[in-house]
Amino acid sequence: MPDSTTTLRPPLVTGDKTLSDVTRDICEPMARRPTALWWGAFSISVAALLMGVVAVTYQIATGIGVWGLNKTVGWAFDITNFVFWVGIGHAGTLISAVLFLFRQKWRTAVNRAAEAMTLFAVMCAGIFPLIHMGRPWLAFWMMPYPNTRGPLWVNFKSPLLWDVFAISTYLLISAVFWYVGLLPDLATIRDRSAPGWRRRIFSLLCLGWDGSARTWHRYETVYLLLAGLATPLVFSVHTIVSMDFATAVIPGWHATIFPPYFVAGAIFSGLAMVLTLMIIARKVMSLEDYITPMHIDRMCKLMLSMGCLVGLAYGTEFFIAFYGGNGFEQFVFLNRAFGPFAWAYWTMVVCNVGIPQLLWFRRVRASLPLVFVIAIVVNIGMWFERFVIIVTSLHRDFLPSSWAGYAPTIVEIATFIGSFGLFFTCFLIFCRIAPVIAIAEVKGAAHLKKPHAPQRESGAEKAA
Amino acid sequence: MNTSDNNELYGLLAEFPGPEPLVQATAQVYAAGYRRLDAYAPMPVEGLAEAMNFRRTSMPLIVLIGGIIGGLSGYLLQYWVAVIEYPVNVGGRPLHSWPAFIPITFETTILLGTFAGVFGMLALNGLPRPHHPLFGVAQFKRASRDGFFLCVETSDRKFSLDQTRDLLTAAGAIEVIDVPR
Repeated sequence: MPDSTTTLRPPLVTGDKTLSDVTRDICEPMARRPTALWWGAFSISVAALLMGVVAVTYQIATGIGVWGLNKTVGWAFDITNFVFWVGIGHAGTLISAVLFLFRQKWRTAVNRAAEAMTLFAVMCAGIFPLIHMGRPWLAFWMMPYPNTRGPLWVNFKSPLLWDVFAISTYLLISAVFWYVGLLPDLATIRDRSAPGWRRRIFSLLCLGWDGSARTWHRYETVYLLLAGLATPLVFSVHTIVSMDFATAVIPGWHATIFPPYFVAGAIFSGLAMVLTLMIIARKVMSLEDYITPMHIDRMCKLMLSMGCLVGLAYGTEFFIAFYGGNGFEQFVFLNRAFGPFAWAYWTMVVCNVGIPQLLWFRRVRASLPLVFVIAIVVNIGMWFERFVIIVTSLHRDFLPSSWAGYAPTIVEIATFIGSFGLFFTCFLIFCRIAPVIAIAEVKGAAHLKKPHAPQRESGAEKAA
Repeated sequence: MNTSDNNELYGLLAEFPGPEPLVQATAQVYAAGYRRLDAYAPMPVEGLAEAMNFRRTSMPLIVLIGGIIGGLSGYLLQYWVAVIEYPVNVGGRPLHSWPAFIPITFETTILLGTFAGVFGMLALNGLPRPHHPLFGVAQFKRASRDGFFLCVETSDRKFSLDQTRDLLTAAGAIEVIDVPR
């Protein structure tokens, strides 16, 4: 591949790999038996998931009165968790679509895992509003269809319904994008497997992919088009989530800055989660040659810029509260910073704005343990951001007589931990059954060693 | 002579040592007048589809049509519900409050555009396809790992077992394999 930039840019894949090395390195961990480390992580995740199942069963059977909500604070832990998980789900599409349009070839190392993460995060997110409905078995009532209840139609002017459409579209499209990206790699696994059930399953899953030039041509065209469609989608989803708040007249929510502020925060938290997972995955699955310090460095820079955007949004919110001259708005913001939830507010500021500034330093970005810690800190900070936005805006409303506090009950905490259990259980299973790195994309993007002259040396020479 | 062979053969499969030789050979075979040929590679290879003069696909049009259908049906559903089927008068505000319909219209546009693109791509590529004669060739397994292949099908008007084989060898093939039907 003639490319003048090869000497200037760090290689996408280190270790002098050939095409078949790439296939082997990525596929082999799947064929091996799971390690003790994997089993350990899997048992913890499944335990957390089971705890979540028990908690959800209990609260559905009893009613959501088992939550710590009250008449003043009607949204708290569950919606915080919903926005938290949806936000995490944004990095996958950012990496697979937005960075694709910007021709950032380094994305090939992380896009598969990030897309899988997106899918699982959106699944986790969906659970919370479903439970919040109180009667989740009637969730299909949210869909517009002719029914025997009147017919009673959904309210298309409500942001909550926009949310239903946005999240379900996002889930479907993430799944489709992910599966389409997987097709060539599923064919690779089919061709590597010995005849048997494993081969038969992958033959079915890859839909008979043969890698013909016409197929690849249409595939690439459609991938580009899908990236073009998914890019506005990823921005629209969190925009619409933010409208759940921004279209309400609650001081602290009713702000035009919400859509961009939420999108930046979502990408910020998503990148933090991708970094968390990737730093573990590259070690556990020995993919150090594919997810190199260069990839971590690029994601850190992206995360830092998003963190700065989020910091700017925090500042802007405060400034507008002061400049807008609305007494209620000013009260909410002062109450956020100095009221009973000040600890949550300052945790958020330190985690999201303060600590990520360390990423300005190359030496910090090069140290994987430090990056890992910072990514965890950002995950925590972004959870608190949603908690602060939701709870501090609600708990002291217009009428001091109705002011209330909020503390989560054990059921809510167990549900939250359960959602982590679901997320990690899905992710660990994904690591076992699908290639965590997009093999065909790495082969196309990285400047690999010339394909080794196949077995017949004389033939290769004749060709040259 | 080749008629009896042609009935048993799907085509000739030639392996090339890398992406660039494959592109060159494909262009050469195409220039020699062959049309029923296809190249196989483990990853997208730049210029390969162009080498067999396959430039335009109808994918963008399919996605556009899917998107338009999605957008229109999303908007019209909301219009029909809000204005005709289930009008709710909220403080005298207009029933056809179109700005509120935009988010869902946008989502359905993206949804149907994407689905049209994915299913259109699969359909045009003939997927899912349970079997292909090439899957019977042992070497072809490498097409998804590090093998670069060109297949000329017997259904091509110019196909002749000996001449085509010679042409492929001259184009730099490492090996030319008969593909049984």
